[in-house]
Order: sequence, then structure tokens, then C-alpha cells
Amino acid sequence: MAFKQVTSPHAHSAQNTAKVMQLVLLATLPGLIALTWQFGWGSFINLLLASVTAVCCEAAIVKMRGRSVSFYLGDYSAVVTAVLLGLALPPLAPWWVVVVGTVFSIVVAKQLYGGLGYNPFNPAMVGYVVLLISFPIQMTTWVAPLALLPAGAVHPGLIESLQIVFAGYSPADGITGATPLDVFKHSSGLLVDQVYDREPLFNQAMFAGAGWEWVNLGFLLGGMILLSQRIFTWHGPVGMLGALALMSIIFWDSGSSSSPGSPLMHLFSGASMMGAFFILTDPVSSAVSNRGRLIFGALIGVLVYVIRAWGNYPDAVAFAVLLANFAAPFIDNYTLPRTYGHTDRRRATEKQED
Amino acid sequence: MTKTWVTPGGVHPPENKHQSLTQPIGHLPIPAKLVIPLSQHIGAPASPCVEIGQQVLKGQVIAEATGVVSIPMHAPSSGTISAIEHRPIAHPSGMLAPCIEITTDGADTWIEHQGISDYEHIAPRKLIEMVGNAGISGMGGAGFPAAVKLNPGRQRPIHTLIINATECEPYITADDSAIRERAGEIIEGIKILSAILDHPHNILIGIEDNKPEAIAALAPHVEGTGISVVDFPTKYPSGGEKQLIYILTGKELPSGKLPADLGMVCINIGTTYAIKRAVINGEPLISRVTTVTGDAVATPRNYDTLIGTPVSHLLEHNQFNEQAGGRVVMGGPMMGFTLPSADVPIVKTTNCILAPSYAEIPDDEPAQPCIRCGMCAEACPVSLLPQQLFWYAQAQDHDRLEAHNLFDCIECGACSYVCPSNIPLVQYYRAAKGEIRHARDEKVKSDHARERFEFHQARIEEAEREKEAKRAARREAAQQAKASPMAANDSTAGSSAADIIAAAQARAAAKQVSPQEQRAKLERTIAATEQRLQVAEEKLAEAVASQSDKQAVFSAAVENTKQKLEQSKSKLAELAE
Repeated sequence: MAFKQVTSPHAHSAQNTAKVMQLVLLATLPGLIALTWQFGWGSFINLLLASVTAVCCEAAIVKMRGRSVSFYLGDYSAVVTAVLLGLALPPLAPWWVVVVGTVFSIVVAKQLYGGLGYNPFNPAMVGYVVLLISFPIQMTTWVAPLALLPAGAVHPGLIESLQIVFAGYSPADGITGATPLDVFKHSSGLLVDQVYDREPLFNQAMFAGAGWEWVNLGFLLGGMILLSQRIFTWHGPVGMLGALALMSIIFWDSGSSSSPGSPLMHLFSGASMMGAFFILTDPVSSAVSNRGRLIFGALIGVLVYVIRAWGNYPDAVAFAVLLANFAAPFIDNYTLPRTYGHTDRRRATEKQED
Repeated sequence: MTKTWVTPGGVHPPENKHQSLTQPIGHLPIPAKLVIPLSQHIGAPASPCVEIGQQVLKGQVIAEATGVVSIPMHAPSSGTISAIEHRPIAHPSGMLAPCIEITTDGADTWIEHQGISDYEHIAPRKLIEMVGNAGISGMGGAGFPAAVKLNPGRQRPIHTLIINATECEPYITADDSAIRERAGEIIEGIKILSAILDHPHNILIGIEDNKPEAIAALAPHVEGTGISVVDFPTKYPSGGEKQLIYILTGKELPSGKLPADLGMVCINIGTTYAIKRAVINGEPLISRVTTVTGDAVATPRNYDTLIGTPVSHLLEHNQFNEQAGGRVVMGGPMMGFTLPSADVPIVKTTNCILAPSYAEIPDDEPAQPCIRCGMCAEACPVSLLPQQLFWYAQAQDHDRLEAHNLFDCIECGACSYVCPSNIPLVQYYRAAKGEIRHARDEKVKSDHARERFEFHQARIEEAEREKEAKRAARREAAQQAKASPMAANDSTAGSSAADIIAAAQARAAAKQVSPQEQRAKLERTIAATEQRLQVAEEKLAEAVASQSDKQAVFSAAVENTKQKLEQSKSKLAELAE
């Protein structure tokens, strides 16, 4: 009798990478539903288009690298990148914007660095930043939320949306509009209260900006699902949202005309919640230890606020995440956990004494 | 309720313990052959003290301990020694090791043996000796000789005795069933331990809360003894020595230290039973409770198994279905190792033979890339960063591995268990540890070689320096001897330029031969040359007379000699001037 020789452990949990990725995809649903409800079919089309492009790119590159296409597509990581990019892009953006961004994300930011697990930067955010710098007009044209549409107007239907995206039809008047962060960027000279009174984006909203607050609540809900399933720990999201809240409280300036906006608005506008729960939680490009992830998240929160308040861009999650990606290996060197039986934390760069 | 502490990390794999607990501990027929490896413990292997063909009785010593950290081996049953040779043993590498084979006679005749009942009045030293002579090594895992553990020395008084009844590995129920059926004897064993260790303050039996029957079985026996049974939530790996110490006392065993350094001794509960049998009954360790389980065997249960019983004997008696599963594991599904074949024997540390079906433990799926999700770090019971260790193990970055405390890894397998990418993490750590140990050995060797070389170089240099010093001294002496008259003359000059000229003249003078000598030498040369010219002229005359063809040669020689004579004469004239 000769038996199979296998190393321990012999038992394995049922968890696998594909399941993790599927769960992440599922958790984006509340955000996607809120986006579609508040801004029309655009995000849904983005998401599908990006996914198809991503799968094609991933398959092509994996084939070129001489690896098993089905094995590497089976981990769903390309779809996750595509979905996150699709959700981040403005609804009803021209099709080629989505395709260029996705190709850049998958081919350059992910596969050229070695594929899943080896990319130093968040692929979706690399794609987003490339688009934002290359096509600023298309990237800053947002659809107006449901509450702000002119009387009697509705968002374009699915067919019409497809025509806008693929055939370059112009959307009807009044369909596009500014985002809450845009409004604050261009509202110097007005007190915060005045902005809230005058701007329909705010006077039609519950607490943080019409439409956007729902989208952010959607992503918060999705994030809570992932947190409860232990897909990631609380450290990264809490680090970011905590730092963002702290910064916006410190610089709130009691709502003066130079105030960059209230903490609630910063937490529930733009890509705050999506960034906190779906972008900076990308484990590959983030710091490794729990303490490291807390610092990594806090760094992003501070950067987001700094760029929003004093930079040239209304939102900043993509830039902040990429800058923090640069810092992640450095953070890792100094945030090792204390191991059982040791009195101190060690540094990763310690050398053995010879 | 006694307070317990919670370790970080840990996992909750399916327990699968109920299958083997449906029946009491069973006994198997004595196998035809027993194979007893000489090394079943940590430390030096035992040395055989029997010969092939010799009759042995059950319990007779067949191999003696060979040092302090070593244990003797006893015949598990009566019979004849039929071989003393290398055999495959239960080891992850499937290696061969020296073993004694006994062909049993079926009579199972005991050697004469006798225990003692009033251990309270026996010197601890004597009791430790009895434990050592009974061949008892730790029965939980590593197999450290018990007698060594029980003798921590005067400078390390023991205040806490921890009995490990955790049995946190899935499937294994050897300790659980033993406690259920032998609680009285186990507590007796603990009392002996207490006597040996001079009655420690705390005696704690640590047990997971998934063994309520065992806890209930212990309860009546510990009443009034001062021994506490401490149960805590089930979590793998709570049964690791370091983990259990923390759970029960809230203290961490410092890296590289032994429990005795903290005033603690940690003993497996199966070992306490063996100690009772050794002291009270005078029986050496020749059998143990082993769980045979897994869906590939028909009747999972526990057996009181003779040490040396081939695994095949256990499997055959349980209708092992070879087609159902691909692997047979010695130990549990988390830390056990696969057996190369069923020929290997049960040893003193074998708590389980697991024969899982493919449905229970499927073949490993291919590993996917690490996405650093951090589930491994969440599962690690010693707060390592397994994903970073994996990364640096692949890169063979030894400095980083050590900075990340690779050697504090207990190889429990929790990280591999949770890894969603199916990466065999523990295997990478074992390999990396091996590489680092090898590199350290190499470094020690190369350091030795370098030291030897440097010493050799230094010695040669020293010898060279000595020679140089002697040469310099001689030169100095010669110079002084030659330069002393001149130096005396010039001593008034004083200026440095004059010194340099004087030195140069001295050197030149040292090189020059005195004129008298030169003249004498030239005169000798002239005399010799004249003689040679004479001979040459005679030969030339002869050649001319005999019309020889050598005429030209001799005339050239004569010319040559004449020239040399001229030169010498002119030099002599110069010298005269």
C-alpha cells in the first residue's frame, strides 16, 4: 500500500478567492441600485461595458503569458476591478471612455505588473486617474440626481441611454448637473448656510446632497455586509472615514464662507463610502497589518480632505488611494504586530546581528 | 468558573470527534510482529540490549537510554527478537531508522514487575527515575522525555502544573475517551506529578468545552484534591503549549524560553496515565490510546494499542477502504503528516490514525496568487503576518523572515486552513526554516574556516615580519660598521643636505671594492689570459703545421684572447693613474 504524500494541514476551509470576489460584487449591489435609481441607467451600462472589456483584456493577456485562461478568469478579480471602475465613472460617459479606462486598468495597472497579487497600485483607480487627466470634460460631466430634474423630465430610458453612450446622442437639457463637491468648490463668498439654502442639490437633500447621500448609504450598506462576512477588517475604512471626519471637523470653521463643507457632507458625498469600503480595502495594494491598514486608511482620509478642500479637483479618492499605495510598503516596515512571546514590535527592516 | 484568557486568531474547523466516540476504548488482537523504533522521542535514540533470537517478556527492556535526554524501550508483548535493522518509521520524510522487531508468541507473558503505592513517602528523585525507566516521553506531540521535564532544577521552583487535556485537533478523541474511562487513574498520575514537583500551588487541567463528558468524569475525582478543571471555548490551536499557558494563566512564554523558566510544567493528560501505571503498577509505557478514524475506515473508534503495532494492523481490523481515500494521516488533519505506507509502526506519540475519504478531505486545489487578504493574519495564534512570511519565503529573504519572527511560527496550519487561494503556507515556512538553519550552519562553518585562514595568514605574516626585522638588524649593523668612520668625520656638518650626500657616499663606498683589491683582481685576470693566449697560439701553430680545417677557429680564439688581454691591461693602467 502506498499512500499520497501531502503536507499538513489536510483540512481546508471552504473559502476561496473566487467566492471572496463574488461576495464583493454582490456587496456593490446596494450602491449600484442607488446609482441607477438616482442617476439613471448610466452606471449600469458603464459596469457591463467595463466588465466585458476587462474579461477580454484579462483573457488576452493571460493567453499571451501562456497561462490557463479559465484558471485565471475564474478568480473574478478582473470583473471586480471593472465593476468598481464602472461605478466610479460618470453615468452616460461615452463608451470609449469606459473602454480606455478599463484597458488601462487591466492591461497596464494589473497584468503588466504581474497580474493578480502583484500590482502595487489599485488598478481601478489607475484607470480612473488616467481618464480624469486625459478627458477632464467627459469625466466631470455628471448626471443630475432624480430630485433635481426639471419638472416633468425623467432620466433617459435604457435604449436612449445606450444611444447616448454608444452613438453620441446628446442627452436632453437639464439632465446633467454639478455634484455637491463641485458646488462647494465654486461657492466661495457664501456662508455654508446660504449654500444650503440656495442650491437645490442641498435644499432638496436630507443631510448631505441630493442623490449622493443615497449612493453613499448604498455603499455603506454593502461595506457593512463585507465587514460582517469578515472579507476585510474594520481598520482601513474606519481609518479613512475617521480621518476624513476629523479633518472636516477641524476645518469646519463654523460654516463660514471659506469652510470646505460639513463633516456629514464629506462623509456622504462623492466617492467617500465607496472609497472606504470598496477601494482602499483592496488588499493587494494596501498595507498588510491591521495597524498598517488603520494608518493607510487615515492617510487616505487626510489626503482626500486636503485635495477636496485646497486642491484643484472636487473629489480626490482616486489620487489619495494611489498616493497611499506608494506609502504602503513603507507603512508595512513599521507596523508589524507584536508576536506572542516578544515584548516589542519589531521593524521589518531589522537585520540579524552577526 | 476560573478566569481564562483569549488567544488571538485561531480557527474553528469541523470537529468530527463524535464518529470515534460511539464505542469505548477497544483492544486489538496482538499483531504477529511488533516493530519498535529506537527513537520515538526528542533526544538520543535508545541502544539495543537484546540479540536476534532472544526470548523477551512483555515489559522487558529491549533498548537502553543513552543519555540524560533519552528513554529506554520495552517489549510491548512477549516473543522473540527477529530483527534489529533499519525500517520505515512514522516520519514526514518517510525515512528509515533503526528498529527492533519482535515476533510475538501470543502468550503476552509479563515480566515480573512491581509498583509502589505510597509514592508520597518516596523521594522525588526516585520517582523521576521510575518515570524515566518506564520509557515515558510526552504523549501529546513532540515526545520530550517526561523525566527531564519533571526535573527543572532547584533554581526553577515550579508553582504551576498544567495538564493539557485540550485535544484541539479535529477527529482526535484519544485523550477524551481515556479521561472518560480512566479519570481516577489520571488524577492519581497527577497527584504523583504533584509529589515529584514538590506540590505546586496551582494544578490546572485545561480542557476545551466540547468535552462535557470528560469534564464530568473528572469532577468527582478532583474534589478536595486542589486540582482545578478549567474549561474554555473550543478553538484550534488552544492545545499548543504556549497557547494553553496563555489561556490558563494570561502569561506568555517568552520566545526561546521553556515553561520551567516561568515556574510552570506542562504535561499531556495521556502522559499522566502512563506515569500512574509506571509508579503504582510498575508497568513501562508499552501501549497507548490511539484514535482510528475517518470515513475510509468502517468503524472509527479508540484502541488501546501496543507500541510497535503496524498501522496496517489497525486499518485491517477496521475494514479500511483504500479506494475511498488517497491519504492516511498520523495525527490530526491540521498538524498530522501523511504516511508513505501502512507498514510503519505506532509509536509513543501516535494519538491518531486518520484515513479520510476524498469527500472529507479532497485533494488540494491548485494554489492561486496571494492577494494579501489578511485572513491568515487574522487566524494566526501567535500574531505573525503569514502573507508577508510567504512573500519573503519565496524571495528567500532571510533577514526579513527573521525580522517577521518566522521562528515563532508553531506550524499549526491555521493560516493554510483559511487561505482562500489554497496556498500551502506552512510548507513554505518549514522550507524557509530549514534553509535558514542550513545557512546558519554554513555560516558557522565558514566562520571557522575564515578564522582558521586568518590565523594562518597572521602566523605567516608574523614569521615574515620576524625575518624582515632580522634582515634589517643585520643591514643596520653592516651599515654602521662601514659608515662609522665617515659618520665620525661628517658629524660636524649638521645640515640635512650634507647628511644626504654623506649617506649617498656611504652607500657608494659600500658598493665600491677597494683599489688594491681591484688591481690584484685585474693582475690575476691578465696572468690567466696570457696563459690562455699562449695555449691558443700553440694550438694555432699545430693546426697550421698539420693543415687542419680548425685553423680559422683557433686564429679567432687567439684574436679574442688578445683583445681581452688588451682590455685588462688598459684597465690596470687606468687604475694606476
